[in-house]
Amino acid sequence: MADKNGFFDLSKTALTRRTALKGLAAGAGLAVAPGFVRYSQAQSSAPIKIGFQSHRTGIGAAYGRWYEKTTAAAVKAINAAGGINGRQVEVIIEDDGTDPGRGAEVVGKFATQHKTDIVFGTLFSHVVIGSAPAAGENKMPYFVVSEGHHVASTKLNRYVFQPGITDVKSQIQSMAPWIAANAGKKVTQIFPDFAFGYDHRDYLPPALKAQGAEVIAQIAIPPTESSFTKYFPQIPPETEVIYHVMVGPAVLTFVKELGEFYGSNRPQLFGFIDSLEATDINSPGLEFLDGSHFWEGSPRYAQADDSEAQKAYRAAVGIDDNGAAVGDPKDVSTAAHMFGCWETLYVVKKAMEDAGYKGPEDRAKLVEATEALTAFAEGPEHPQGAKTFNGKIHQCFGIQNISKVEGGKLKVVHKTKIEDGLYEAEGDYTKQAL
Amino acid sequence: MSEASPAKAYALHLGVIALLFVLSFVLPDYYHGLLARIMVLAVFAMGYNMLFGYVGLLSLGHAMFFGAGLYGAGLAVIQLGWSVPLAFLGGIACGAVLALVIGLLALRTTGVAFMIVTMMFAQVFYLLILYFATWTGGDQGQVVPQPARVLNFGTTSLDLTNPTVRYMSALALFSLVLLVTLAIVRSRYGRVLVAIRENEERTKMLGYDTFSNKLIAVVVSGTICAASGAAYALLFGYVGSSFASVQYSILPLLWVLLGGAATTLGPLIGTVFMYYVIDVTSGYTSAYLLIVGVALILLVLFFPKGILGTARQRWLGWLP
Repeated sequence: MADKNGFFDLSKTALTRRTALKGLAAGAGLAVAPGFVRYSQAQSSAPIKIGFQSHRTGIGAAYGRWYEKTTAAAVKAINAAGGINGRQVEVIIEDDGTDPGRGAEVVGKFATQHKTDIVFGTLFSHVVIGSAPAAGENKMPYFVVSEGHHVASTKLNRYVFQPGITDVKSQIQSMAPWIAANAGKKVTQIFPDFAFGYDHRDYLPPALKAQGAEVIAQIAIPPTESSFTKYFPQIPPETEVIYHVMVGPAVLTFVKELGEFYGSNRPQLFGFIDSLEATDINSPGLEFLDGSHFWEGSPRYAQADDSEAQKAYRAAVGIDDNGAAVGDPKDVSTAAHMFGCWETLYVVKKAMEDAGYKGPEDRAKLVEATEALTAFAEGPEHPQGAKTFNGKIHQCFGIQNISKVEGGKLKVVHKTKIEDGLYEAEGDYTKQAL
Repeated sequence: MSEASPAKAYALHLGVIALLFVLSFVLPDYYHGLLARIMVLAVFAMGYNMLFGYVGLLSLGHAMFFGAGLYGAGLAVIQLGWSVPLAFLGGIACGAVLALVIGLLALRTTGVAFMIVTMMFAQVFYLLILYFATWTGGDQGQVVPQPARVLNFGTTSLDLTNPTVRYMSALALFSLVLLVTLAIVRSRYGRVLVAIRENEERTKMLGYDTFSNKLIAVVVSGTICAASGAAYALLFGYVGSSFASVQYSILPLLWVLLGGAATTLGPLIGTVFMYYVIDVTSGYTSAYLLIVGVALILLVLFFPKGILGTARQRWLGWLP
């Protein structure tokens, strides 16, 4: 090409060692940065990039898979309606292996390699807590769908939000009035001897006491335990309600052995569906749960009074009336939690639109716009129900469902009010510097 | 194995340190951050290598020493409000004391029994973290607050959350441990350790107190691992029980085997290799651990003594 005065005329360029090194370094940098071509696009037309920190492998894989499905459905709906601020949304997924160390690396990767606008979607508490410092250091808005109390405890940092799912402290507090009024006043708790169990151990007794009921025994079961019969004699005979939140593969054995211990004459049972997410309620061994009650964030089974928004949400995500994947009845979803991905993305959309978000330079504005949100109305964007949002603690509050196992299905018998789950703020993120 | 002149050996190691220094200025942001993390974990691997590579003691419990440093430093900041340097030294001290106690007990055994005993002690350590969840944060772990992760020197302060400061801090620790390790393995004491590995009975007959020498090696190894753990807590801001789980006892073993046991630079090579294989392959498939497994099998087939170990055997006999 003849271009004697222009860019392509290299005839008089002296190639110094410094120039060569710079070139090599730049070339190497570009080669290891996938998608670098996209970075040079005009921001106005480039998609909003959401980094999805997914539990594709490890203990959270069942949740991760359904979180991905729900996220894909929500992004499809958002894009079909014009995207966010007129820009399409693109989701970039990285597997964190449900490991806090890798989780922090993944957040760093989103911030510095993929250069996403936000990071989103983490469930397991230890991964959230392990990743939060990386989010804060990179000034990367980090929207989790974890249900842990760690965000609302204000012990993380200003960049971490949980606007799409209530936290476990609020959930437990909401359950107490119904348990005291309908199940019984003397409650024995059985919980796994790690953090998830400790939330229930610590928050249930005061919540029940406020309702005139009491926890008469707390039985912590080590995480390594595979047989539970030896713990059951510790249950006081005057127990009216067994409150159980066992999780993991051993839960089937737990229920089976509890059934063998009590036979047909058992106290009331109340549990959190976390124990049986992605597990068929009609699995062999779970017959003993018939007639018992569970907390559900969003109902697994379609209900007679489902709103149009709930029906549309279920259809979009691809779950049938039994909460399993359409076309594969054995692929049971994590319905009680995964709605949080859908709702969180719509909160992000709202906050980005409020902030006039254009790109990563507006992340601080996005944080402030999210903190300024106060309520989300029930509807297509929030099919689980209406919510309030406390910008000081970065946590939403909403309704909870109490469902009864009847004829092999979970039927919602009570919906709590938002006010049931409110508590005093433990701090204020907005006082932290951005 | 032919012996390298001290100048040649030190030149190689200083060259590696210089390379890592230069990389700080040319690496893209993500790999810059990743390499900082790798250098800290390579220190963990170097500590492991001290015992496994040079003394021939295969421990399956070194996560407890890393964890002792991690929690010693992290909790000193979170619960006691200590400054970064004090907390770092506190973490190292925790690891050193733990290593002394564990060494005194575990060195009564050898071989498979040593593996089992160290694994059991590490399991006890792990369960204690869960048991004392009120202070440790249990399986969820705790964040080391960002404002506390600052090094103050009079009127100046260095923010450890700054990527450059973090990289240079990791490099400083890595360099110090690398040079100390090199000095140890080239010293008279280092040769005694290798003699114990090769034939403990003969070493005893030559008049060496092998128990004391092994105990010192356990303490040095544990202390280095604790330094890595303490640095991890302070540089990356999180302490959690997963870092004291059995997985983190296996990982340094893999890093050292990959890079080359009883080579001073092998732990770095192994850690870099493993990290990059996982990082790259996990972007393509969720079955990335399968690829890692295949890579490990290929390495065992073609580099049975690890990358640098095989290189030393075949081409570079002078490698320390």
